[in-house]
Amino acid sequence: MELFQLVTAQTVSDAVKAQAQSATAQNGADIRFIAGGTNLVDYMKLNVERPRQLVDINRLPLDKIERSSDGGLKIGALARNADVAQDPIVKEQYAVLSQALLSGASPQLRNMATTAGNLLQKTRCVYYRDTASACNKRQPGSGCSAIGGYNRPLAILGTSDHCIATNPSDQNVALMALEAVVHIEGSNGQRAVPISEFYLLPGSTPERETVLQPGDLVTHITLLKPVAGTKSGYLKLRDRASYEFALASAAIVMKKDGDRISYVRVAMGGVGTRPWRASEAEKMLLGRSATEANFRTAAEAALHGAKPQSQNGFKVELAKRCLVHTMGQVSQIA
Amino acid sequence: MDEISESKIIGVATRRIDGPLKVSGAAMYASDHSFPGLLYAWPVCATIAKGSVARLDTAEAGKMTGVAAIYHRANIGNLYRVPPAAGFSLIIDEKRPPFEDDVIRYYGQYIAVVVANTVEQARAAAERVKVTYNREKPDADSKMTGSPLTTDKPDEKSKRGDTAAALRSAKVKVDNVYSIPAETHNPIELHASVAVYDGQKFTLYETSQAVVNHRDVLAQVLGVPPEQVQVITRFLGSGFGGKLWPWPQSALAAACARNLNRPVKLVVSRQMMFQTVGHRPAIEQRIQLAAEPDGKLTALQQDYVNHTSILDDYDEGCGEVTPFMYSTPNLLVTGGLARRNVGNPTAMRGPGAVPGLFALESGMDELAVSLKMDPVQLRLNNEPEIDESLRIPFSSRHMKECLTTGAEKFGWANRTPEVGSMRRDGLTLGWGVAACSWLAARTEAEASVELRQDGTARVACGTQDIGGGTYTILAQIVSHETGIPVSKINVVLGDSALPSGPISGGSWVTASVTPAVLDAARNARKTLLLAAVKSDNSPFKGKKPDDLEFVDAMVRLKGQAQSAVPMSEILRIAKVSSVSGAGKSQGTFGAAKPEFSFHSYGAQFAEVTWQSEIARLRVSRVVTVIDAGRIINPRPAQNQIEGAVVMGVGMALFEETIYDSRSGAPINNNLADYVMAVNADTPQIDVTFLDYPDYKLNPLGVRGVGEIGLAGVAAAITSAVYHATGIRVRDLPVRIEDLLPMAKMSIA
Repeated sequence: MELFQLVTAQTVSDAVKAQAQSATAQNGADIRFIAGGTNLVDYMKLNVERPRQLVDINRLPLDKIERSSDGGLKIGALARNADVAQDPIVKEQYAVLSQALLSGASPQLRNMATTAGNLLQKTRCVYYRDTASACNKRQPGSGCSAIGGYNRPLAILGTSDHCIATNPSDQNVALMALEAVVHIEGSNGQRAVPISEFYLLPGSTPERETVLQPGDLVTHITLLKPVAGTKSGYLKLRDRASYEFALASAAIVMKKDGDRISYVRVAMGGVGTRPWRASEAEKMLLGRSATEANFRTAAEAALHGAKPQSQNGFKVELAKRCLVHTMGQVSQIA
Repeated sequence: MDEISESKIIGVATRRIDGPLKVSGAAMYASDHSFPGLLYAWPVCATIAKGSVARLDTAEAGKMTGVAAIYHRANIGNLYRVPPAAGFSLIIDEKRPPFEDDVIRYYGQYIAVVVANTVEQARAAAERVKVTYNREKPDADSKMTGSPLTTDKPDEKSKRGDTAAALRSAKVKVDNVYSIPAETHNPIELHASVAVYDGQKFTLYETSQAVVNHRDVLAQVLGVPPEQVQVITRFLGSGFGGKLWPWPQSALAAACARNLNRPVKLVVSRQMMFQTVGHRPAIEQRIQLAAEPDGKLTALQQDYVNHTSILDDYDEGCGEVTPFMYSTPNLLVTGGLARRNVGNPTAMRGPGAVPGLFALESGMDELAVSLKMDPVQLRLNNEPEIDESLRIPFSSRHMKECLTTGAEKFGWANRTPEVGSMRRDGLTLGWGVAACSWLAARTEAEASVELRQDGTARVACGTQDIGGGTYTILAQIVSHETGIPVSKINVVLGDSALPSGPISGGSWVTASVTPAVLDAARNARKTLLLAAVKSDNSPFKGKKPDDLEFVDAMVRLKGQAQSAVPMSEILRIAKVSSVSGAGKSQGTFGAAKPEFSFHSYGAQFAEVTWQSEIARLRVSRVVTVIDAGRIINPRPAQNQIEGAVVMGVGMALFEETIYDSRSGAPINNNLADYVMAVNADTPQIDVTFLDYPDYKLNPLGVRGVGEIGLAGVAAAITSAVYHATGIRVRDLPVRIEDLLPMAKMSIA
């Protein structure tokens, strides 16, 4: 860990001003916001993150979970994962988000971790963690040790020759299926970014993970009022029963009119370089009947472009089963 | 010593006397120790696995805030190798002391060490030490087949009959190779050393499962007489074998303290735990079994190869229990070592037997399938009358009862043998079984017991409590012998200055140390009775000691309860603060001509659930029946078996140290990426002790339970997986991809 300065932001604009001095808001940022610290401090200890300044944003009034005027939900950036997961509205109307949060980490971590921190959660690729290894995400241009190395947990969708790191979050998969909007306050004022446009593919610049610019502070996310009659669910598959990142996960939001699927959103975790929205699968399902055969066809479509590495070919089939099973479960919710 | 069968306290479930200290945080573990002027050390670890150090640049690091010194080969001072020794003395896994040369032989090898005022400063400076390497391509390959061995041909470990001929003419035969990856000990308590040097004497607070050996080894390494080294380990946050023998951080901390004349603390990081403090090696084993159609074994051959480090020869000894498990006229066990650029392996809970039984018991299950025979019945059919390898009787063996009792408790009679034929709640069930065994032995031990005027007793021994309950057991033994309640007995362990005690390994502490404690308690009682008859004003003055007895903490005339005088009163009258007795007991280990074959036995029954639509495998239920002699304290004993079963779930399904083949780095070096069983993976566990005393081993009839609970678990689980899925996984751990019906892709 490097020596760093800790400053406390009293207002959102203070925070924005402080971080705007950083050369980047992406990997390698020399000024970082700190909230729960469950991810950042870990990586600072490993010298993966070396900020010279931390801006503590815990005193900012961004921890509320409240109804928005249009009937949707506004979740503050500092709302703790545990609080969001147990929020009565989230449990009832956005079950997929509650389930996703509860499948992640441990109760202790969920008590600390925040909504925006989770949104920006770093990959668990072992080579990203290890400063002795080559990693284009950590050190642009150094190479990718994961390709040809230990890549069993890594991505099969959205990869490039430069990076195959998985986005490890569960929350973000649910947010993709819920079409959340990320609200940002930056040097040039406020803006709203649909989550589908928030994350970048690694391409040749895997150090850039989101659209955030220096000074950008995520203040909250919003969820639309649920489409009447939709049901949702999250399933996470991993080696052990708890406290492990997903090998594959599925977030499904679905509505049936009779037997026909009239609304569906499909997202996957553990398989993509970013939380993965499977629009192809949605197209296959919309207007079709909720049968296992149709779910399977949709799952095939979702994994159509999968590009496995040397050790993670099994994820293609595992992700398909995860999707089919979750679609089946959600379609049967009364 | 006579057999002890009746007792008010031995065999009675007793709460751990050290429990309150541990849960309140009062128990002092090695790294909890702090002293005025304490400095912190942080090693610089090699980031290559093979090559040498071309240049070490400490200039920048040396100027950093708080740095007191940076040591390396040129300035660490004299550190010596340990001479060869017989028996359980002077044992060290990595014979090369740190910094001996500039050659790098494994990833993470210590190159230098930074000492600073705070641990953060030391770590930051260690990261700024610039190392230039001459790099060579390392070999950390986990596959053993075809590797050159350290010897011209594999060693013959056990042999009888003509196995080759019997295999050739076999009517039914199975022949398969089983592998286990390197597994890393991950006790919660990290290895740590706090070294205090006063200009002459070293006091070392260590995470040691063997304080006496640790003292003797460090005295050699530091080049001082053993009297100038004291090793203290009051409590261990477990060790699983990884803390049996000293690792390089201990010598480094002591050398730094010597050089700076200040106390130095060195705590090994979790990442370093994967590099420099041992692991269970990667192992491949070929098992060949031949049988008659009725299931009678005609031949058994086990050929194992385990990896070892470049400089040291660690033999896992996978054939340890093979020669006497089953009756067979023809048997051959061979073993070989293959060198890798890895830190030296070491004992991990149940070394030898645990991996050996994974292979042997998997082979037995495969044989049962080939024979279309029930796997319990197959084992019962091959129960030996004597130890056929040594041609001596067993001291006490109830393997058949373990199997039949376990089968009954598990409901084995309801098993249908066809693959995938059993279902419950929409899940496919798999049921598997394995037999197991673990050695029983005693090593030499000494102890002292003191009876005090305040009515308490003190028992002291230079052994240590790894967490298995040794503190409590010794209090029980003294309570049994004196009548003093456990709550008034002070047990002092974990200090090499105490009477020499056994290592906390091999599951033999209890069997070894209890006779010495009994002896010491009896000698203390003799002195007490002498005081009773010799002291003026004693009501027993002038009697003979033989006229008296010591019952319920009171001295009395034999059989005359009304004459009883409390021990404390006798000592007050005698005007002494206390009386003491020394005790000693002999070892059985390595006897040239043993009369009996001493072992513990058990049977493991496992149930898995399999949900193919999401490829989800879980272990739902384990029934384990253990024949480990008499159980002194059922509470921690059950705890030992339960913990071992959970470790077995991890061994079967999760644990694997992954060495990156290009760098040789154990790359999943943290508790998130090295997957172990967590609470949610813990099955329902039913533990039964048969509780047959083995008086041939010691007067209490105890053997030990630290390791046997892990033996056989992995084979029972993989057999259950086969029963559920039809897929036989011979390479641990069982992974999701093994159970998905698709081609497994090889590692690039």
